[in-house]
Amino acid sequence: MKRLFDKDTWQEIFGSIQKNKIRTIITMIGVLWGIFIYIALSGSSKGLDNGFERQFQSIASNSIFVWAQSTSLPYAGYKSERNITLKIQDAEVLKKQVKNIKFIAPRIVAGVFGGSDGGNIVRGTKTGTYAIYGEYPEYIKIATSKIYDGGRFINQSDIKDERKVCVIGERTQLELFEEDEDPIGKFISINKINFRVVGVHKFVQGGGFGDDGDIYIPFTTFKKIFNTGDDVGFFMIAADENADGVKVEKDIKATLKQIHKIDPNDERAIGGFNLGEIFRKTMNFANGLTFLSLVVGIATILAGIIGIGNILLISVKERTKEIGIRRALGATPAEVRSQIILESVFLTILAGVIGIILGALVLYGINAATMDQTDFPYTNPTVPIPYVLGALGLMVLLGTLIGIIPAQRAVSIKPIDALREE
Amino acid sequence: MIKINDLHKSYKMGTNSLHVLKGINFDVEEGELVAIMGSSGSGKSTLLNILGMLDLLDKGSYDLDGVPIKDLDETKAANYRNKFLGFVFQSFNLINYKTALENVTLPLYYQGVKRKERETLALEYLDNVGLKEWATHLPSELSGGQKQRVAIARALVSKPKVLLADEPTGALDSKTSKEVMALIQEINKNGKTILIVTHEEDIAKMCSRIVRLKDGIIVEDKKNKMIKAI
Repeated sequence: MKRLFDKDTWQEIFGSIQKNKIRTIITMIGVLWGIFIYIALSGSSKGLDNGFERQFQSIASNSIFVWAQSTSLPYAGYKSERNITLKIQDAEVLKKQVKNIKFIAPRIVAGVFGGSDGGNIVRGTKTGTYAIYGEYPEYIKIATSKIYDGGRFINQSDIKDERKVCVIGERTQLELFEEDEDPIGKFISINKINFRVVGVHKFVQGGGFGDDGDIYIPFTTFKKIFNTGDDVGFFMIAADENADGVKVEKDIKATLKQIHKIDPNDERAIGGFNLGEIFRKTMNFANGLTFLSLVVGIATILAGIIGIGNILLISVKERTKEIGIRRALGATPAEVRSQIILESVFLTILAGVIGIILGALVLYGINAATMDQTDFPYTNPTVPIPYVLGALGLMVLLGTLIGIIPAQRAVSIKPIDALREE
Repeated sequence: MIKINDLHKSYKMGTNSLHVLKGINFDVEEGELVAIMGSSGSGKSTLLNILGMLDLLDKGSYDLDGVPIKDLDETKAANYRNKFLGFVFQSFNLINYKTALENVTLPLYYQGVKRKERETLALEYLDNVGLKEWATHLPSELSGGQKQRVAIARALVSKPKVLLADEPTGALDSKTSKEVMALIQEINKNGKTILIVTHEEDIAKMCSRIVRLKDGIIVEDKKNKMIKAI
């Protein structure tokens, strides 16, 4: 141990490393490459992981969408190909009969899904056509859209009083209002009816749902204007945090089929989309990627370290005579052994640190290049410090272990044989 | 200084055993300059290797300056070599990526001497062999004679009791050989005990005593009137 902190030991090692530059560089490349791959890969997979998480953050990760289509089987005296429309009353039944529903937001929309035209919006001289959604306050609890400061989402009294209020999108604001104008409290005309703007929602791109031009109005107001009665476009449902999303989705569909007299085996009549399931699968994929990068990285580091051992072994053979001379001059076996092992460890660490720095630079570069690309699922690629330290620790350990082989070889050389070698 | 009593050494060659040294009795006084002569296969190098603790004896005893040299393991041998002995080889055996000065400091490094002190001492010894100006040169930049002088400086820097030289002039031309021998004689004059293994008659004549080996035994051991090398 004393030898480890002796300046002379290190001067001796630096000397031997410096004087064999090519050998040193070749030796280091293996480990350098290994740790570089490890850092770059695990950083990237973390970035991808973060990216996926960001993609899903605009919406609760355990949300389920259900909508109605036409039946594909005849049932209870009805012919097949019957068009089903979900009704607002279904929400109450679902809440009562299906377990683990946290929120349920009935929604109806004009202007998308090939339905009716969107709303014609007029404000002064500016006009536009946007999708209009009829909403309940629950929506904001499931979709985590942000409402800008000073604004609010549709609330229960808006529903009760069928108020003519609306929440506009970021794009709508841009297109209908002046740049420095505060839209809150201002009026816009939807299909010639004046609505007061109560909030602006910030659209998170990549969420996969909706648009930044969407206008939200109270559900009750919507059904009056568009004359849709109790019709519901689709239900957006959030399951409880730890509920089995797949089972909840199945229960919901079964209940809806029961209400609307659909054959329980009809797979088409009720459409569904389980975001939780997709989220879970994507996260599993990301986790798999992280694991893969860990395995690949460690395997590459391992290969690099074995390379160091290999080259040191050759170099010990090459330096047989030198070692013999040192022994003749009074180097003890322990001194020879520790010099070879320390050379191995030192090379490993040096190569490792350079590899970590290069890997970090590459991650930094990729991050900088993808910073503005919000639809590319790649955010904040990092490698946790414990992982880096762990990799370094592993390298020191393996460097020592692999150094033992050439060191033992060096010690086993008898000085007399070494000196006789010409 | 050196006391050797009934020394035997044999090498196993497969099933055969090669008896190289067959009972050597041999004393060396302090300050002697001994030439060990013999044709190849006479056992002279084996004797030197045993004296240099690079090889182990099978039978007999070996005392160096009153210290019995026995039960040698590698570490003990290394420490004894470092403390008691200086080596000069036919092929110089300098470490080729170290400068002359660094080569000379090496025995001191293994003695645990501090760096500053090491360098001062090594430079002093390089000066003694006339190579102070060449201290920062690599062995490849030195002539054969210069390399051997660096090797001699390295052998002496640890102040050994005995200097062992294995054909020190074997790789040198006759003029350089004489210069190196002159240096060895001068070191001997200052009181150092030196053993030289050689097969050259004129080199042996420059020593104060000549020991002849043949087939593993000493056949002749006589004082010699030392001829000055230069």
